[in-house]
Amino acid sequence: MNILLEAFKQSFELVFTLNADLFEILLLSLKVSFFSLFFSCLLGLPLGTFLAIKNFWGRDIILIFFNTMMGLPPVVVGLIVYLLISRSGPFGWLGILYTPTAMIIAQMILIIPIIVSLTAQTIEDIHQEYKSLFYSLVVPYHKAIIAYLFDARYLILTVMLAGFGRAISEVGAVIIVGGNIDHLTRVMTTTIALETSKGNLSLALALGIILLSIALITNFILISLKIRAKRRMYV
Amino acid sequence: MSKKTFVGAHDLTPIQFKDLSVILGQKIILDKINCKIKSNSITAVLGPNGAGKSIFLQTINGLFSIQSGRLNFNLMEINQEIRKQQAMVFQNPVLLRRTVIANLQFISNLRNKESNRLLKKILSKVGLEGYEKKPARLLSGGEKQRLSMARALIINPNLLLLDEPTANLDPYSLNLIEDLVLEENSIGKTIIFTTHDMSQAKRLATDVIFLNKGKVLEQTISKTFFKSPKTLEAQKYINGEILI
Repeated sequence: MNILLEAFKQSFELVFTLNADLFEILLLSLKVSFFSLFFSCLLGLPLGTFLAIKNFWGRDIILIFFNTMMGLPPVVVGLIVYLLISRSGPFGWLGILYTPTAMIIAQMILIIPIIVSLTAQTIEDIHQEYKSLFYSLVVPYHKAIIAYLFDARYLILTVMLAGFGRAISEVGAVIIVGGNIDHLTRVMTTTIALETSKGNLSLALALGIILLSIALITNFILISLKIRAKRRMYV
Repeated sequence: MSKKTFVGAHDLTPIQFKDLSVILGQKIILDKINCKIKSNSITAVLGPNGAGKSIFLQTINGLFSIQSGRLNFNLMEINQEIRKQQAMVFQNPVLLRRTVIANLQFISNLRNKESNRLLKKILSKVGLEGYEKKPARLLSGGEKQRLSMARALIINPNLLLLDEPTANLDPYSLNLIEDLVLEENSIGKTIIFTTHDMSQAKRLATDVIFLNKGKVLEQTISKTFFKSPKTLEAQKYINGEILI
């Protein structure tokens, strides 16, 4: 119990004294997670929507592939990305190993399947409702994709949150490709792992509390938006 | 939106069905249909439940593929350009998860890119003035159907297809939609609608196509159909008897 109280005290101290190291770690965590989510959405949302509305041979195989990829072990992803971007790997010339870019790439590989699969499931339901109307109106595919994503916007936020949750809480892949280098690639999860191994449990717990608070605030905003949307029958 | 409909567009009528069949799974829904829909007419497609009326309309709109036979629009086969000149109002209106005005803007952006002022004018035409910012799915059944009608009008179609447009509507919505049908017809549009309301068919239709079990049993002008139906099935239908 003492250790928990100490952790809470320390986390408040760290936050309210605007601890520079903490904010650097926090900022990098958010930056890496945000960019990996952003690029994953850029690819995953249209792809998921396309898979939901277009019937073609092999569509189910692609969906099964992405569903399976949702359960990818992060360390395996980290290892594969490491092999690809290490100096002797095929993309070694990029020189991005142990940089935030490598961490973003690794997280994208973990998030894209989540975004694609959940988007496809979400859009499929709306597609059942809209398809006759859209076909009747001769809506081109690209405009249909935009319309589906717009009309599913509140549900897509949940999809994005699932992706963000995976990114911000991920440790296995980013520690391999990022290296947990102080002031360069150290993020919250890797710091928690490091501090725990050093026996500095209070700091590790403090960071854990901050991590949970981020999840709590994000969820609160999302649920508020969804309640508002439900009242307007937008979901 | 201009009053003249057909500038730069093909005239879609007459619409000619030649031995047209539509099969869903193992079931024949439309069975060797032969009929002709005249230009600038209001055609009521009548028949008991399951006769194939909705599929008949949706086939014209290109929503169902034809297994055999032909469907010609002024001697042309159905294509995207022809479909773009049609507007379909479904029995259960599908509205986008947006505001009333955004529902209209979506269609407008697809086609004519009409100004907001004109969209509001169309809204007032269907009795939805002041509803612009209301979420469309919160509208009542009648309001939804009127919005659906407004959406069809924005397309400024050559051919208007209405699938039981006034089913379960209050008298105000019913009258408004009927007036719109007559008004659109008066500016040169061809209208095909399905209904179970005999008095509505009498009020609106210039022609009647009577379907039963996927077959066209009668096609004639409205007055003749209601005065002296040729087939026993049509007689029974008009008299409210069960068709077996």
